[in-house]
Amino acid sequence: MDSFTKNKIARAWWWKIIAIICLIYTCYYGFIGNVPSMVVLHETIRNLYFHVTMWMAMMLMMLINAIYSIKYLSSLNKYDDLVAEESGKMAMVFSAAGLITGMVWANYTWGAPWTNDPQLNGTAATILMYAAYFILRNAIPDENKKAKIAGVYAIFAFVMMFVFIMVIPKMYNSLHPGKGGNPGFNKYDLDSDMRMVFYPAVIGWCLLGTWLMSLKVRIRRIKEITEEN
Amino acid sequence: MKKTIILSLLFLFVLVSAHAQDANQVEMADALRANGKIYIVAIVAAIVITILSVYVIMIDRKVTKLEEKINQK
Repeated sequence: MDSFTKNKIARAWWWKIIAIICLIYTCYYGFIGNVPSMVVLHETIRNLYFHVTMWMAMMLMMLINAIYSIKYLSSLNKYDDLVAEESGKMAMVFSAAGLITGMVWANYTWGAPWTNDPQLNGTAATILMYAAYFILRNAIPDENKKAKIAGVYAIFAFVMMFVFIMVIPKMYNSLHPGKGGNPGFNKYDLDSDMRMVFYPAVIGWCLLGTWLMSLKVRIRRIKEITEEN
Repeated sequence: MKKTIILSLLFLFVLVSAHAQDANQVEMADALRANGKIYIVAIVAAIVITILSVYVIMIDRKVTKLEEKINQK
């Protein structure tokens, strides 16, 4: 039962060091590295390393949320549910960061903080769906029932997240690149110089999110053990 | 472990500061950014990330200590 306090991966340092190195690299080369000169975007294309990566990290956290929900439903192990809940919370943190940075970026490139873009509305729907996940959790007092129902809902929410973020915006005209009639970044904008910063940025932010999430899980685990005794 | 972290951070700092001078020379060709001194912003952002990382490392170490206390019981 207490094996979580001995979890080797959560206590390992190597991936945390990688996260820090990637983030420092991103924060330095994100400003220094060469970017293509583009109309409207200008230097704001550098937001790719800070805004888009927030959504990548959010999607990873939602993936962990779904995986651990499935794990919980098959094992009924309390700690799987704990990881699912904390990764969901971390996803909300990243979605808030992504939404606010996106609004700032949109304000200066598209002219308004919120456009009725299918990508934006889809994201808003996704965030509301995950907000409902926490409301559902808090609405059920029974621990086992709560974890089971929330686990089933999390799988549903993860599938809907893909529909809202990845599928629907591709079917309609969107201001976002790669959606509707717009070409994607990777078609000709995301040159090799940007790739060299973008991929480490994604790895860095994703690992940082995992790190913070694992810390919260470990703290809650310690709290539970000390309260049991 | 502590030594490894401190050493790797030091190494990173040296790497970043070494490149700052390098970037300065390279960026001279690019009049816009050299005059704009964007590399200073880059270094500031890198330092902010470093400080935040050190803080998270400290929390992690504290949690590890608590876990060891529980495991010993």
